Amino acid sequence: MLASQNNSNDEMLTNDGIPLKKKLAKSLFKSRLRAFGLVTPLLLLISLGFVFPILVFLTRGVYNDTFEKYMINLTPMLAEWDGKTEPTEEMFEALVLDLVALKKSKNIGKVASRMNRELSGSRSLFTSSARKAKKLESPFKESLIQVKKKWGNLDTWRAMKVTSHSLTPVFLASALDMKYTADGTIVQKPEERRIHVRLFVRTLEISLIVVIAGLILGYPVAFLLASLPIRISNLLLILVLLPFWTSLLVRTTAWIAMLQGQGVLNDMFVVFGIATDEDRFTLIYNKAGTLISMTHILLPFMILPIYSVMKTIPPSYVRAAKSMGATSWTAFWRIYFPQTIPGIGAGAILVFILAISFYITPALIGGQDGTMISNFIDYHMRKSLNWSLAAAMGGVLLVIVLFLYWIYDRVVGIDNMKLG
Amino acid sequence: MKFLNLIAVTVSTLVVATVATAGSITVVSWGGAYTKSQVEAYHKPWAKKTGNTVVSEDYSGGLAEVKAQVESGNVTWDVVDVELSDALQGCDEGILEVIDPSTLPAAPDGTPATDDFMDGALQECAVGNIVWSTIYAYDKTKFDTAPTTMADFFDVKKFPGKRGMRKLGKAMLEMALMGDGVPASEVYDLLNTPAGVDRAFAKLDTIKDHVVWWEAGAQPPQLLADGEVTMTIVWNGRIFNAIAAEGQPFGLVWDGQVYDLDLFVIPKGSKNKEAALDFIRFSTDTKRLADQASWINYGPVRNSSIPMIGTYHSDSSINMVDHMPTTEAALKNALQNDFMFWADNGEELNERFNAWLAK
Repeated sequence: MLASQNNSNDEMLTNDGIPLKKKLAKSLFKSRLRAFGLVTPLLLLISLGFVFPILVFLTRGVYNDTFEKYMINLTPMLAEWDGKTEPTEEMFEALVLDLVALKKSKNIGKVASRMNRELSGSRSLFTSSARKAKKLESPFKESLIQVKKKWGNLDTWRAMKVTSHSLTPVFLASALDMKYTADGTIVQKPEERRIHVRLFVRTLEISLIVVIAGLILGYPVAFLLASLPIRISNLLLILVLLPFWTSLLVRTTAWIAMLQGQGVLNDMFVVFGIATDEDRFTLIYNKAGTLISMTHILLPFMILPIYSVMKTIPPSYVRAAKSMGATSWTAFWRIYFPQTIPGIGAGAILVFILAISFYITPALIGGQDGTMISNFIDYHMRKSLNWSLAAAMGGVLLVIVLFLYWIYDRVVGIDNMKLG
Repeated sequence: MKFLNLIAVTVSTLVVATVATAGSITVVSWGGAYTKSQVEAYHKPWAKKTGNTVVSEDYSGGLAEVKAQVESGNVTWDVVDVELSDALQGCDEGILEVIDPSTLPAAPDGTPATDDFMDGALQECAVGNIVWSTIYAYDKTKFDTAPTTMADFFDVKKFPGKRGMRKLGKAMLEMALMGDGVPASEVYDLLNTPAGVDRAFAKLDTIKDHVVWWEAGAQPPQLLADGEVTMTIVWNGRIFNAIAAEGQPFGLVWDGQVYDLDLFVIPKGSKNKEAALDFIRFSTDTKRLADQASWINYGPVRNSSIPMIGTYHSDSSINMVDHMPTTEAALKNALQNDFMFWADNGEELNERFNAWLAK
């Protein structure tokens, strides 16, 4: 009590009697507002054009109301059904009602597509039944089963029950090679249909190898650039920057010309007798091709941050170490190298994050075992049109990246990163 | 004075530009030699007749772009060339305009369009234009004896070298079964059973290490020309173009072909629906379909067009009728793609195909 009274008495006041703290906060607020006003356009652009659409799209991975929105009569009944007993006549009647309405509104294809993802063969079951639904008479159970025998199958109804939940783990489970069943359990998919986990692992593996290869190849280059006289190093820097400025697609295509069976590299191998003309190396349309071209394409992102950090290291430190008796190796390893770690950190995380979402290069060069998760997200976006699964896979990828970023922050420390 | 000139020029350009867009439609197709055949046979004559312009765009199939345009309410495509399965799925999903087949022109002898088109070529939302086929082709310079059957494609001992295949389950699974000795007529019955699917994948397994996978239709002739593969699955028009127009030493095999239809559709909400309809009516009449066949060997879907098919546009010694996928010889062991089968099982089979591929 006493302490707080003391505090308030000690408070400094400005000329007009307002506490200094308040006045300061007020004027700071004004300048903050001005600064904020300056970044508002960019902030708006990013949030409206980038963050918001991504968030909206990510919700598709857990929310899909196609069934609930169109099967208005059947959905509430499925919620009450236990998934084990025979479906009742009322449920069949509701189904027929919905099919008739959907045929009329031309939305049957949407529901049929959604159902087919849950149970193969549902598409024709729904579309062909909807065509005949108008003429069906009660009892609907018998007449509908007469149209298509599958309606008498409990599995069809269970699949409908799963699909009728709008907020659903179905897609997330599928993104991790699992299946969400009608009784609420999640089981693994059969072996021959598991693919995504393998791809996530491969994506991480490729990204990691690209980072390590980039480091091994890029570090000496950066060191050379940093230690040569400016005149020569600027010239050499052009050699690093020129490919950096060239379009990604052009560089990828160039690698196809280099690596293919009848390509430059293989021709050279044949000339030097490393390979025979009939038995050339397979350097492309596989993982090796993806690794080679990705390492090359991402190399500037490794070299440039390391180079710019190396430029700031005064050469006198190493000289001092040597003058005090350190060998060249000790001087490098104990004095020089630790100072380049911020650059390595920046280069490594830059290359890793870019590599993990690489798409064009593996699509063109990846072939069968060099494709990455982004290629399958693209596949579900453009080919299979399963946007919900694409969103779920994208969400999983985002979580993995954030998790790795968190680990990186704990181990290396994000403040330790320096781009120059 | 100069300034006034500038204004005059600007204004007149703007006027011309608005006039041009008012009578302009965007027609989207598969690119390459196929789009060229359509530009020559459909776009140019139609533009000449109506005074409208046709903007030609390429895509690589699927409904994704159409769906995105219709759902966002910003439809920029007016006519799209799609596969049968996509035409049906798009119609069911309500993203395509309904086209009344009775408004299509009759054949020259008066046969109404509904009788003139072949089975399946007239759909609620789509009008067919060609029959195309997935076949395999080989490099003649690489083999002493020419391959003749689908089984030869899968026989890497007798016919060594890499194989090009499409990175998709559709048609590849059917071909694998036919390569395993299953006659075309029994393929889908077998594929409808789990054992049949296993058998198809087992057959694909035997050549997996020899396969280069392609995605765009322009790739396989290139792979063959580059010597990357000695045989490849290919669309028949593309390989014919490489042989006839580029003089490549390729041979093609009709045994085990999987043929399919391409159809014109109009995305729902097209801003030039009337012009698009007029374009489709014009392009799918008897004469235009026959004209198109002199640019590429995709068969016209109208029966009345077939007697009118002429010779190759740049070489009158090539009689195009002999190179159609629908000749008697070509149909000896041929399979029509079962769109219903793929509509129902496509997702599951492609998933398994991708998983198999990534292993």
